[in-house]
This record gives sequence, C-alpha cells and structure tokens, in this order.
Amino acid sequence: MDIELSMLAGQFVSGLCRGMILFLMASGLTLVFGVMRVINFAHGSFYMMAAYLAYSLTNLFMASGYGFWIALIVVPLAIGALGGIVEYVLLRRIYHKEHLLQILLTYALIFIFNDSVKLIWGADMRIVRMPPQLSGSITFLGHTSPAYYFFIIGAGLVVAVALWLFLKTTKVGKLMRAAAEQGDMVGLLGYNVGALFTLVFMVATGLAGLAGVVIAPTIRLALGMDILIIIECFLVVLIGGLGNVWGALFAALITGQTYAFGILVLEKYAMAFLFALAALIIIFRPSGLMGKPVQ
Amino acid sequence: MPFLAESVSQYYLYLIIKILVWTLFAMSFNLVLGYGGMMSFGHAAFFGSGAYACGLLLVKTSCPTVLAFLAAPLVASVIGVLVGYFSVKIRGTFYFATLTLSFSQLLYILVYKWRSFTYGDDGIQGIPVPELISTLQSYVNYYFFALAVTLVCIYVLWRITKSPFGLILRTMRENTERANFIGVNVNNYRLVAFVISAFFSGIAGALFTFLETSLSPEILFWSSSGEVILMGLLGGMHIFFGPALGAAIMVLLNSFLTSYTEYWGMFLGVTLVLIVLFFPEGVGGLIKDKLGGYARKGSVNRD
Repeated sequence: MDIELSMLAGQFVSGLCRGMILFLMASGLTLVFGVMRVINFAHGSFYMMAAYLAYSLTNLFMASGYGFWIALIVVPLAIGALGGIVEYVLLRRIYHKEHLLQILLTYALIFIFNDSVKLIWGADMRIVRMPPQLSGSITFLGHTSPAYYFFIIGAGLVVAVALWLFLKTTKVGKLMRAAAEQGDMVGLLGYNVGALFTLVFMVATGLAGLAGVVIAPTIRLALGMDILIIIECFLVVLIGGLGNVWGALFAALITGQTYAFGILVLEKYAMAFLFALAALIIIFRPSGLMGKPVQ
Repeated sequence: MPFLAESVSQYYLYLIIKILVWTLFAMSFNLVLGYGGMMSFGHAAFFGSGAYACGLLLVKTSCPTVLAFLAAPLVASVIGVLVGYFSVKIRGTFYFATLTLSFSQLLYILVYKWRSFTYGDDGIQGIPVPELISTLQSYVNYYFFALAVTLVCIYVLWRITKSPFGLILRTMRENTERANFIGVNVNNYRLVAFVISAFFSGIAGALFTFLETSLSPEILFWSSSGEVILMGLLGGMHIFFGPALGAAIMVLLNSFLTSYTEYWGMFLGVTLVLIVLFFPEGVGGLIKDKLGGYARKGSVNRD
C-alpha cells in the first residue's frame, strides 16, 4: 500500500473531527460521573434525539438557508431542558441506590428514547443538508476535505475553551468541581446540591445535543446511532480517567486518531484497537491516562 | 397442548425451549452478578463461544455430537479463565463492566473478521443435528432434551450457591474486606465463580446452537450481554430463580408484543423504569414479598 502525505493528512483531519465529536459527548458523560457518580447509559440517546431534531429544523427553515444555524442554537437548549426533566423526574430518585440500578434505569431510557424517535420520525434513514455557508472544501497538506470538517474541529475547540472558562471562573463551575471532590461538603456549606446536579445533567445533555447537531450533516441518521456512539464514549471516558474533563479531551483526540489510522489496517474493525487500549488501561492504569483513581 | 392446532403448539414449544436456553444463561450469569457482586458486561463471550465451538465442530469435522456438545462448556471455560484472570482483580462496577465488555467485543470482532475459520458475518448455516433431537419435524424430542440439560444444570448451580463456596461468595459480595480478614482469597473465589458461570453459559450456548441450527456473530455482540443483565435485574438477582423469571418474561413479552406493536422497546423501557423505582428486587422479589414476606426489603441499598 502506497502511503502518501496527502492521505495521511486526510486521515488526520477526519480523526480530529471524530475526536472533537467524541469530546463533546465524553466531556458531559465524565462530568456527570465526576459530580453525580452516575453512569448515564442514555447519553447517546440524547445525541440521537438532537440529530433528528436538527433534521426537522433544517427542513423547516430550509428556504431561509439558516435552518442548520437555528438548529445549532435551539436543539442543544431543548435537549438540555429534556435532560433536566429526566434528572428531576427519574434520576433524582436513585442517587443513593447502587450503581446497578442507575445503569438499569438509564439503559431503560435507551429503549424509550429509541422508540420515541421511531414513533416521531419513523425507521427510515434521514439526511441533514450541509449548511450552504459551509459547503465548500479546504485543502490541507495536499488533501481536500469538506470545509464543514474544519467547522467541527473549530466548534470542539470553542467548547473546550468555554468549558474551561466555565469550570475555572464561574461560581457554578467552581461548585461543580467542588462537588466532584466532596459532594457532601458542598451540601453542608449550604448550597443546593440537588439543583447543582440538575444543572450538571442539563449541561452534559446539552453538550450531547450539540454533538448530535454538529455530526448530523456528516452521517445518515438511523435508529441505533445512539448505541453506536455510547460504547465508544465509555471507552474515551475511561481512557481519560473517570470524572476528568481534560482527560476526556485528550482521550477523545487519541481515540479519533486511533480510529482514523486504525481503519487503514483493520477497516471496519478499527474499534478493536480501542477495546484493546481500554482493556490495557483498566488493567495497568485504572485511573486513566490523566486521572486520579475514583471508586 | 392438545387443544391447539399442531403448528401453534409447535411454536409455543419453540418459545418454551427458548426460555429454557435463556433461563440457563441468565442463571449462570447471576452466579457472577447476584452472588458474586461482579457486574459482567461480557457474558455474550461465553454464551457465544460455546455456541460457536459446538457449531463449528459439527459443521467442519465429523466429530460426534456428544463431543461437540461437551466442547461448548470447555471452550467457554477456557475463555472464562482468560477474561476472568484479568478481570476479577478489578474493583469498581464501571471498570469491571468495561473490561469484560472490551474482551467480549474483541472476541466479537475476531469472529466477524476471521472469515476463513468462523464464516464471518455470513454466520454458520445448516448445522447438522442428529435425528433423535432434531427440530426439523417436531420440537418435542428436543424439548425434553433441553429440559433435562437445563434442570441438571440448575440443580448443580443450586447446590453451588448453597455450598460453603456459595456462602463465601455472598460474604464477599456483602463485604470484601471482611472476607479478606477471615482469610478468604477473594480473587481466587471470584475467578472460580467467573469460570463456573462461563462453563454453564457455554452449555446454554450449545443448547442455542441445536435449537436454531444456525449462528450469526450477533450472539457475541454486547447487546446479548445487556439482555441477560436485564433478565437478571427484571426477575430479581438476589433470588435464585429470579433470572429464570426474568428470562421467561423477556422472551414472552418479546414474542407477543412484537406481533402486536413495533414499539415493544417502549413497553420494555417503561416496565424497567417502574421496576427500578418501585420494585428494585425485581418481579421475583415482589412475588416473594407477597408470598412469604420474608424477602429482605432494602437489601439492595448497598454500595
């Protein structure tokens, strides 16, 4: 097989794209685990719901040419609100029960979301149009990729910086980090931990919603896209260290590249590298590449 | 079933055998989850490797059926030792689940990819089954065979859970540190439980192979592991026959609801949510509660 620079550049760009999408997903997943100690199996379901909502909105505002941009703003907010409802109505009741019941509950949500999407949009594949403003292409090191790919990478970077500022400088962000370290203490200091949990879950599902909108124009929307991504997100969260947002960024980028270049060796089965990597990390370095051990 | 038309009763017989297969799988799995306190998310590897070992031997060699059947639990146990050796040391639900998941997904990808040996995604078709237990004409003979095998296995599993070994397993589940203090080598016990569970899951896999006479790699996919977890939790994982109840409910719900609605997942999801919120000991716990009132309520509120 001849390997040229331009091909490697192409793989690199697509790996970076995938990495950024995974970061949008995994950052929320790991934040929820870090603060709330809940493993949200249904995280991918929020992402799928968002992608389908993006489909409806881009079609609704097709004539204006700004349908996608409307979806980009509205859908993450709507999905975050949906997440808030799920947290308030369901998750809140099982925080003090064992992990197993949390897994079962969020697993049940996968079925409910999946059939809701089937009920609303049907089982046919859907395609979301690329926003016309980004339909061009950009050449990088001799390889021409869609301009939209660079939009995804940019969006991922913006979110990473925004999340960093949010967690470092705002009071709510600081409380979230404090709750991840010592949840009981935050409560003892008189803060409303329940409201904080709801907010964390809304931020996390909102990020999943953003990931769903952003990825929508690059794939065919189909039922099952939720569980396709959720396992990958678990691996990213684990490789980065449970509860560690920056670890998740690092792990997502590694995962994206592993996948992009693994495809050259194992085609459809590049996931094998990820499972092997995750297994090695759990066995030899269970705190993840950048994390402290969490029990 | 004398009042039903021949074809209908055959279909019910098929469903009953299917329940038996999943009952055995779910009860073997529960030795690890309910008794051992280990959240395995990779049990599809043992069920699937047993099924594949049996199927491949029958299709590729002229080995006697009995040997092919016995190969299933052996191969599953070997894989159980390999996976268990690394996994049983790992503490923490999420780590344990992801590690076992990773191993089983690697096996799934291997079976998918190794076309020349496993037939890849074509699967194995037309696995020869001896006439005595063949399901071509009627399910009756195979029903008795599967029933006998399942009952024997359940009896052995029951003896295991009542033995000193089973009691230590439960002690470990409740309090690993205390078990350590009284001199129990926790990891060894966990490994033995894991391998026993893999062994019986392999037998369930072989029963599956004879029932379906065809295999596809999908049985190795993680959703099979997820299904067996659901069965355990649905029926009640702290009750010996809970997973059997869960298996029966899942198989029956699936086959009846799918013929009425394409939204059976919605029904299943809502049922599971209700179970988690109101009956965390599963349907089995609910029944036990109503019958004897001695089920330990709130015993799941452990960490």
